[in-house]
Amino acid sequence: MKSDFLKISKTKLKSRLIVGTGKYKSFKETANAIKASGADMITVAVRRVNIVDKRKPMLTDYLNQKKIKLLPNTAGCYTSDEALRTLRLAREMGGWKLVKLEVLGDKKTLYPNMMETILSTKILVKEGFKVMVYCTDDPSLAKKLEDCGASAIMPLASPIGSGLGFQNTENISLIIKQAKVPVIVDAGIGTASDATIAMELGCDGVLINSAIANAKKPILMARAFKDAVISGRNAFLAGRMKKNIFASPSSPLKGLI
Amino acid sequence: MAKIQLNGKKITIKLKFTIMDLLIKYNLDKKKIAVEYNGTIIPKSEYKKKYLKNNDSLEIVHFIGGG
Repeated sequence: MKSDFLKISKTKLKSRLIVGTGKYKSFKETANAIKASGADMITVAVRRVNIVDKRKPMLTDYLNQKKIKLLPNTAGCYTSDEALRTLRLAREMGGWKLVKLEVLGDKKTLYPNMMETILSTKILVKEGFKVMVYCTDDPSLAKKLEDCGASAIMPLASPIGSGLGFQNTENISLIIKQAKVPVIVDAGIGTASDATIAMELGCDGVLINSAIANAKKPILMARAFKDAVISGRNAFLAGRMKKNIFASPSSPLKGLI
Repeated sequence: MAKIQLNGKKITIKLKFTIMDLLIKYNLDKKKIAVEYNGTIIPKSEYKKKYLKNNDSLEIVHFIGGG
C-alpha cells in the first residue's frame, strides 16, 4: 500500500510507527532497534552537552538523518516556560518546526499538565511551530488542543513507561472520531498486541519507546511492533466483521450428508 | 582571563573568546548543538561575532535519546 502514508502537517511518513530513543543500552542498540522498527521518525530529548568528556559520542553520530526524521520532544518539562525554551533551542539546532510537546504535571504518573500544555500549544503555534501534543485521553481537551492549532493529538493509553496498555479504548475512539488531525497513541503501550489494538481502533499511528527498549531482546521487539502496526492498520482498513453473541457456521449446510 | 558559567560549571577562558572559540575548545560541531547566551538563543551565524565576558552564563545543548 504505497499511498497509505502518515501525514502530519506537511511531513509525510511511510511508517505509522514512531519510536522513542531513550532507555537503550547503547547508541548502537538504539540505531539497530530503529532500523528493525522501520520507523522513519524518532523522538529525541534536548539536554546539556557533556563538557567534561569531549570525546563522548553523540546519538546523532549514529543516525542517518536523510532517512530518519528527528522529532524534538520536551520530556522532563513541568512548566510551559521550560517546554518553550527547550523547543526554541531545538529549532535553532536544526531548523525543526515539527516538534512534540509534553508538559508533565505529576512525577509519579507523568500525567500531562493540560493547562500548561494548552497554553504552550497556543504560543508555539503562534511562533510557527507544528506541534504534536501529548495529552490525556479526555476528548474535550483533545478537541481544545485541535482548536488551538495542534498538528497531531497524542493521547496516552496509560502512564508513560508503565506498559499497562489501554485503560480506556472508548475514549481513544471518541478522540479519533472527532479529530481532523492525526491521532497518535503516545504512552503506555506494553507489547505488540497493544499497538495492533491502537491501529484497529483507527489511530493514525503509535509512538513506542519503553516497550521496545525494555524488552529482553529490543531488536526483535522492534520488528514485532513493525508487524503489529502494519497488521492493525490493515485490519482497520479492511473493516472487521460484526460481533454476534450466537455462532454462525463457517461451512455451508447444503449438501450435508 | 574571564570567568563564565557553562552548563552549570564555572570555567575560565581567555579574553576575546567567542562562542565559536568555545565550541572549538570543547570539540563541538555547531550543526549538532544550540547555544543559549544569558537566557537568549544565539543564531548559529552569530557564533563568531559573539565575544564572551566575565560572568556570562551559557547553555550548550544537543539531542540525546528520549521518549
